[in-house]
Amino acid sequence: MGSQGGFYQSKEFLDLVKSIGEARSKAEEDRIVLNEIETLKRRISEPDIPKRKMKEYIIRLVYVEMLGHDASFGYIHAVKMTHDDSLLVKRTGYLAVTLFLNEDHDLIILIVNTIQKDLKSDNYLVVCAALNAVCKLINEETIPAVLPQVVELLGHPKEAVRKKAIMALHRFYQKSPSSVSHLVSNFRKRLCDNDPGVMGATLCPLFDLITIDVNSFKDLVVSFVSILKQVAERRLPKAYDYHQMPAPFIQIKLLKILALLGSGDKQASENMYTVVGDLFRKCDSSSNIGNAILYECICCVSSIYPNAKLLESAADVISRFLKSDSHNLKYMGIDALGRLIKISPDIAEQHQLAVIDCLEDPDDTLKRKTFELLYKMTKSTNVEVIVDRMIDYMISINDNHYKTEIASRCVELAEQFAPSNQWFIQTMNKVFEHAGDLVNIKVAHNLMRLIAEGFGEDDDSADSQLRSSAVESYLRILGEPKLPSVFLQVICWVLGEYGTADGKFSASYITGKLCDVAEAYSNDETVKAYAVTALMKIYAFEIAARRKVDLLPECHSLMEELLASHSTDLQQRAYELQAVIGLDAHAVECIMPSDASCEDIEVDKGLSFLNGYVEESIEKGAQPYIPESERSGMLNISNFRNQDHHEASSHGLRFEAYELPKPTVQSRIPPALLASTELVPVPEPMYLRESYQTPSVPSVSSDAGSSELKLRLDGVQKKWGKPTYSPATSTSNSTAQKTVNGVTQVDGASSTNSRTRETYDSRKSQVEISPEKQKLAASLFGGSSKTEKRPATGHKISKASTQMVKSHVPKSSMEVALEKTAPVQPAPDLLDLGEPTGTSVAPLVDPFKQLEGLLDTTQVGSAAAAKSPDIMAMYADTPAGIHDKDDGDLLSGLSKPPVTNMPGGTTTTQQEQRSKGPNPKDSLEKDALVRQMGVNPSSQNPNLFRDLLG
Amino acid sequence: MIHFVLLVSRQGKVRLTKWYSPYSQKERSKVIRELSGIILSRGPKLCNFVEWRGFKVVYKRYAGLYFCMCINQDDNELEILDIIHHYVEILDRYFGSVCELDLIFNFHKAYYILDELLIAGELQESSKRTVLRLVDAQDCIVEIAHQQASSLKQGIG
Repeated sequence: MGSQGGFYQSKEFLDLVKSIGEARSKAEEDRIVLNEIETLKRRISEPDIPKRKMKEYIIRLVYVEMLGHDASFGYIHAVKMTHDDSLLVKRTGYLAVTLFLNEDHDLIILIVNTIQKDLKSDNYLVVCAALNAVCKLINEETIPAVLPQVVELLGHPKEAVRKKAIMALHRFYQKSPSSVSHLVSNFRKRLCDNDPGVMGATLCPLFDLITIDVNSFKDLVVSFVSILKQVAERRLPKAYDYHQMPAPFIQIKLLKILALLGSGDKQASENMYTVVGDLFRKCDSSSNIGNAILYECICCVSSIYPNAKLLESAADVISRFLKSDSHNLKYMGIDALGRLIKISPDIAEQHQLAVIDCLEDPDDTLKRKTFELLYKMTKSTNVEVIVDRMIDYMISINDNHYKTEIASRCVELAEQFAPSNQWFIQTMNKVFEHAGDLVNIKVAHNLMRLIAEGFGEDDDSADSQLRSSAVESYLRILGEPKLPSVFLQVICWVLGEYGTADGKFSASYITGKLCDVAEAYSNDETVKAYAVTALMKIYAFEIAARRKVDLLPECHSLMEELLASHSTDLQQRAYELQAVIGLDAHAVECIMPSDASCEDIEVDKGLSFLNGYVEESIEKGAQPYIPESERSGMLNISNFRNQDHHEASSHGLRFEAYELPKPTVQSRIPPALLASTELVPVPEPMYLRESYQTPSVPSVSSDAGSSELKLRLDGVQKKWGKPTYSPATSTSNSTAQKTVNGVTQVDGASSTNSRTRETYDSRKSQVEISPEKQKLAASLFGGSSKTEKRPATGHKISKASTQMVKSHVPKSSMEVALEKTAPVQPAPDLLDLGEPTGTSVAPLVDPFKQLEGLLDTTQVGSAAAAKSPDIMAMYADTPAGIHDKDDGDLLSGLSKPPVTNMPGGTTTTQQEQRSKGPNPKDSLEKDALVRQMGVNPSSQNPNLFRDLLG
Repeated sequence: MIHFVLLVSRQGKVRLTKWYSPYSQKERSKVIRELSGIILSRGPKLCNFVEWRGFKVVYKRYAGLYFCMCINQDDNELEILDIIHHYVEILDRYFGSVCELDLIFNFHKAYYILDELLIAGELQESSKRTVLRLVDAQDCIVEIAHQQASSLKQGIG
């Protein structure tokens, strides 16, 4: 029906589309579009344009904007169209405004009134159109204007409206959680809606709510499990089937929710084992959607409290994914592997060669995913190989976003697992050299701190060794032509602090180098500042050591230049340098102690050194100081201001005269942050403070972690740096412990599984692995002697490994047999769904059909009607195991057999109408019509006419 | 959450764009340029996923048309592939063996259908039949309006 009704547009519009289609260059296209914009600008402002004409103009505007040009001159006309009474015109208006306007656009205020009116309309299609607009356009300020109406619509008789109302509330929740926080019960109620579409939509807001606060939804675990069970058993209407899978999108959403609810909760997880196990068995792994569900099952299994059997099924699916020829599945397999190794670290080993293949794959996406996996499985034994590979890859790519990410990962791994000072310094040098300006400045500060503090709590010589090797390597690197600014800052700082510390290099040599840096990078003020300060330190140390100081001529000229610098910062540093050089040894020792960058600077915030002076003054009759908070008759100013600010932000616009007081907005600042600002002694020099705050505020740093820019220092056991800087370790350790505890019994099971797989595969084909790959595998996967068992065709196993595998064969042949029989006879405890799936495929209640049935007088008698009652009765039994009353409603809702339900009849006729695919007559007609419109398939676009699905 | 939907032809021409997260017009052009550059140059055997600026873009090619959706890091890529396919199947039913030309000339209809399928970046309806029924219901009103208009004309004439 679409195509015959499709060409309503004028010849003019079709010509536009056609000429754009035939444009040979971007420039030509731009010229056509700019012409069109001129035409539209002229036409659209003419008086008394007929509605249909106007509608077409608006659609042309949409087209222009879609091609990336500015059509803002017409926005106001689109807004006007939404005011129209005719749905036909209104719909176009709403479409245009949702495409044109972002939620912060000024014109939105003009639409709010129309939306309010339309939400009250009798015509449900008008309400739907308005709700679509609500989801896109309503912002935090305008939520109160429509919220009551949207909530009311949750009880609308049309399920399409209820569904959209739910989604609108979900959007409100995302924009301003406090605005709908009192509506949680409504979401719970909608979960039991008798329309599966509404129920499915409700899972979206519930997922978000549960993500924020798991504990208040624990009571729903049983309900979710039973819904998932029913969906998997095909109790939903057939219309929700997709490629023979029962409502897979709902299944996926439910699995996501279960993963959240079962995380770290043994009791909740136990409820889920059966249903997830069923899914593993039932899912069709030949279709994409089946694999999507399987993948989601793995995510769920790796998130909930571990269960040996499920982990085994998950591992099976992963190895199937990894062995697949499809890159998509390999990618998902690598991702799933990354999730599962957190629980059972051994599982990676059996897939080592598959992982290495993915690492060397030409597909960048796959490669990156594999790096992510390697990052997750880095240990001190394989850190060198992994970080080297990462750096090589980092050097080879141009994508700055990813370069930044991989650089920070390298740094993080190097800090955590570095096997030696030498290696650590070298690695950091490489990262800075190749990604210097992309690295977060904090990484540089961190590096300086590490070099200053060292890492050996007991061993001072190791620290000085680290510093010497750093100084040496930096002096070497300074010879390179162009270095990133951040790296130069580190180099200058280290040379200043430790350049002369071990006596290997003379002060004049180091100062010479520093002057060179300042000269070579003379337009980088920060580097220059670092260089001057480093010079000052070197000279100060010389003076303090009672050695004679000879200022180099280049240093003189640098100082003179900077004394007249436009930058006040540089000028001040130069003056300080001049002053320090003139001081005697004793004074210098006090202001510039050697290697004191890590000493705490005590800041006496209470100003106790003034006590004497204060007391003296009070004795002389001065008024004592009264703290702000204790002053009587004064409002608490800071509080007042806060409130004021809050008012301004949440009620910028008022749509009603009076409102009920709203529940208070929850403060999003974690208490830890408040506490940290009150720390009295500033523990370190200023520039280091930021990096300290990260670990001291765990919640903030976890946020930061997601942006992947900063180092995630919290909760990681550190090999480098003071152990005191990871305060989160206590908590994270305990959780880690928990999972480990759960896995101990799992390990046995998964290792036997791996053995069976090994022999199973090795019998399938002879495998040969290149020694190079083997070596890489060994270094990555902890040098295990086991070689690969992939059935990679065209590979032959090397002699040594054949023997190895053969020795396994007799031992585990029994297990192979076991594995083969397993699917036939599943464990009895998982077999609680006795009925074969065949019975549940019977036609079920489609609420749309119910309503259609009400409207449609040409009802066709259906044989299935006789069948339906006993299927309904079957559902009625199910709520037995459900304690939640609401949940019972869902079931009864689903099982209410509507009298007017006529499955089959109406749909088949529609189907015939719609399925035009095989009808050649239609295609010919379409073709003819298109040609008639003057649009011919141009030679440069030959498959324009080819069916998308063909 | 889906951040945006993009339909780009093999020649890099934009056929449909729908933004569920705020992007300025300038950013939009940049995103389209950047992504079509990445996606169109990818070989046929590679993954249907691209990691991009901390997001993931899932794409699928149908004849000469690429359907792309941008999602969060922790979303299920295979599911998105099927949402794309779901959309294409609905388009196919609606237009009757849909081809690129249908979408070029009736892009607004493709938008209406998309609005019934996705809302605020989430899948709102997974039943093909329900989506089509709603779109048809809207079209019916259009038909009626046209009929009324023409009968009115006849009456006057």
